[in-house]
Amino acid sequence: MTFAPVGLTHFLVLAAVLLVLGLLTMLTRRNAIAVLMGIELILNAANINFVAFTRYGAINLGGQVVAIFVIVLAACEAAVALAIVLNLYKRLGSVSVREANKLRD
Amino acid sequence: MDQLIVLSLVALGIPLLGFVLVIFNQKSLGERAHLVSIPTIAFSTAISLYVAWVKIKNPALGTLQWSAEWIRFGIVPGFGPLAIHLNILFDSMTAILMVVVTGVSLLVHVFSSEYMKRDSRYARYYAFLGLFTFSMLGILLSGNLFQIYIFWELVGFSSYALIGHWYERSGPQYASKKAFITNRVGDVFFWIGILLLFAQFHTFDLRAIFGFINEGLPLSFSILGFSPETTLTIAGLLIFGGAIAKSAQFPLHIWLPDAMEGPTPVSALIHAATMVAAGVYLMARVFPLLTADAMLVVACVGAFTSFLAATIALTQRDIKRVLAYSTISQLGLMMMSIGAGAVASGIFHLVTHAAFKACLFLGAGSVIHAMHRAMHAVHDHETDAQDIHNMGGLLKKMPVTGWTYLIATLAITGLPLTAGFMSKGEILSGVLAYGNLQTGIATALPWIGFGVTMLTALYMWRQIFLVFFGIPSKPDLYAKIQESPRVMTAPLVILALLSLWICYGRNPIDPEHGWLLKKGVTTPAQVIPPQTAPTFRPKHYLSYQTEQDGFGIAVAPSIEGTQGWSVPPMPHQVALMENRHGISAIAEYYALGSAVLGFLIAWLFFSFRPGMAVSVRKAFKPLYTFSFRGWFIDDLYEFVFSDTIIFSSRVSAWVDRVVIDGLVNLAARVAVLLSRIVGWFDRYVVDGLVTLTGATIQFLGLMARSVQSGRIQTYLTWVVAAVVAIFFIAWWALAHPFTLSILP
Repeated sequence: MTFAPVGLTHFLVLAAVLLVLGLLTMLTRRNAIAVLMGIELILNAANINFVAFTRYGAINLGGQVVAIFVIVLAACEAAVALAIVLNLYKRLGSVSVREANKLRD
Repeated sequence: MDQLIVLSLVALGIPLLGFVLVIFNQKSLGERAHLVSIPTIAFSTAISLYVAWVKIKNPALGTLQWSAEWIRFGIVPGFGPLAIHLNILFDSMTAILMVVVTGVSLLVHVFSSEYMKRDSRYARYYAFLGLFTFSMLGILLSGNLFQIYIFWELVGFSSYALIGHWYERSGPQYASKKAFITNRVGDVFFWIGILLLFAQFHTFDLRAIFGFINEGLPLSFSILGFSPETTLTIAGLLIFGGAIAKSAQFPLHIWLPDAMEGPTPVSALIHAATMVAAGVYLMARVFPLLTADAMLVVACVGAFTSFLAATIALTQRDIKRVLAYSTISQLGLMMMSIGAGAVASGIFHLVTHAAFKACLFLGAGSVIHAMHRAMHAVHDHETDAQDIHNMGGLLKKMPVTGWTYLIATLAITGLPLTAGFMSKGEILSGVLAYGNLQTGIATALPWIGFGVTMLTALYMWRQIFLVFFGIPSKPDLYAKIQESPRVMTAPLVILALLSLWICYGRNPIDPEHGWLLKKGVTTPAQVIPPQTAPTFRPKHYLSYQTEQDGFGIAVAPSIEGTQGWSVPPMPHQVALMENRHGISAIAEYYALGSAVLGFLIAWLFFSFRPGMAVSVRKAFKPLYTFSFRGWFIDDLYEFVFSDTIIFSSRVSAWVDRVVIDGLVNLAARVAVLLSRIVGWFDRYVVDGLVTLTGATIQFLGLMARSVQSGRIQTYLTWVVAAVVAIFFIAWWALAHPFTLSILP
């Protein structure tokens, strides 16, 4: 059994797998923090793509820069989102996204 | 303003004052109302006597007049300046008739204080007597047609109120309504006549109208396209329409016999002596504008009425109805006289008739009063107190009433030494002269006059024989009959004295030289266009024209003095006077002969052989019924007017109920049905559409809402699904580039 050398495809597949995992986490988990973690997975899937394209593609270092931006943004996003979740918990006494449907009516 | 006019206005105003005083104090005055009324009328009478005395004594006074503007309307479009004046016209005729009216009124006032004693509306009775006297004097003093019309209506109203004095009984109610309505019919014509003249001449003033007519009729004086001459005839006849109703001439005479439902003194004052004479007075006033045709109509209507009423009077049983028809008959004679151009004779008869007819009526009142008292004494409530067949032999029991009644009867039948002989002779000679000069129907007029004289004697003597002579028909009543008290008999005596010749001239067979015709009433000169005048001409016109004053034709009193000129009598008037001279004696003989003949027939039937009257009545039963029912004229009117109107009312009521109501109901039903359909449509279709729209929107809303679950993960799932879908769509689209060639 021979393995092809690690190339762009592997990274892309990994990123896709991560994306799907992140999506699934977002869509299925009730816990808001878990949902946030799904978002981080998706962002990181994208980062992997950017970095992979920098390594194998023709976009030079742009992809890496974007990846760093994404990490920074993810940190910001985590800070904001966690504050929201904290408030949510204060109001509802839980962090379940199912409960947070007050805007429906 | 002349002193005499002021005085006569005072005489006019005092009865009105009496009326106001009494009508507003009915409760407090009660049985003492006559203490107010009699002095007012007495005062008025005294003033009237004084002014008449002064006026007759001084012929140089001429016609007095006074005029003042009453209402000014300014310029009326299509008419010009319009103003209504008050006119007072005071001539000898006015003066004499004022004395007649106030005099008779005073006597009736005195008489009534006994006759109406213990009446429940004693004060009201006196109040309306005062109002009547005021209104009647108003007619006499009025110098313009508008004023005459106002007072004309006022006398009509007081007559209505007094006929209906006992309005709790149905008879007086009916009679007063009948009198009022019948008079309205005539008044409509009268008013149209007044307006016809007013529309042309722009004035109601009689003298001014006569002046305008005398100057020549303008071509614009026309109604319904008739020529001015014919229009003048029509105007005269329209005014005559008012006189027909008020003076109870055929065909509007029907109200007067029924008016006898009123108290008897009222009948004496209003329905015998004064008010009914107002029509005669009016025709005398407007005589100057009567054309030959109008004169002929007036004369014929008068003659026919006179004959008609005399034949009806023959068979009446009610003492007052006999007198009522007699009044109609005498008024007919006066009308005939005026129509024949003998105005002074007509007014003369009016004056004398007022005296003897008031005497007869008050005498009848005295008899009825005595009958009632006798019936009361024997507790008899069945007998008709006014039926002459229930009386008889009363002369012995009631000497004063009987003898005065007899004198008045002599006067009305026209026997010598009475006033009636003088005035009737005058009328008949005037009519005979008129008949002699004419051809055709007018020649019959004097003979109708003589026939009526005969009939008058017949029915009056029938009454005398049945009431005052012969055998009492009710002995038990007769035993209790008493003469009426002095307060009732005194007026009778005065009126009987006034029925004698001496009050009107020294010579009993020569009235023309008596004061009344010589200094009092004169026939006014006519002012009509010559082509409308009667065609006869005097034989010696020129000689008569120079000495016209000696003929009793005065210069027209209603024209003299207005514009400083006077009018000579027209040729036909001179011819009438000329013709009259030769025949007045003949007319008096004929009249006397007729009266004596009538007396003899009455004596034969009702005194000498009383059974003959009954057998004659049986032999001529249809004629008797014809006369008794008044020629069936009332029944005819009942049929023509009442029944036809009731029938047509029934028909229209049926049409109304069945057709009109049916149509209305049908329309209503159709409307209801339509409303139901519209309502259903509204409820189900229109509302349904609205509801459907609402429901659809709601449904859509619910649908849309159900997507908004509020669950963030659900939304996210949709987003993912959409992205996946877009990815596949985009992939498919890129695989089929041609189908998306619209993309750049």
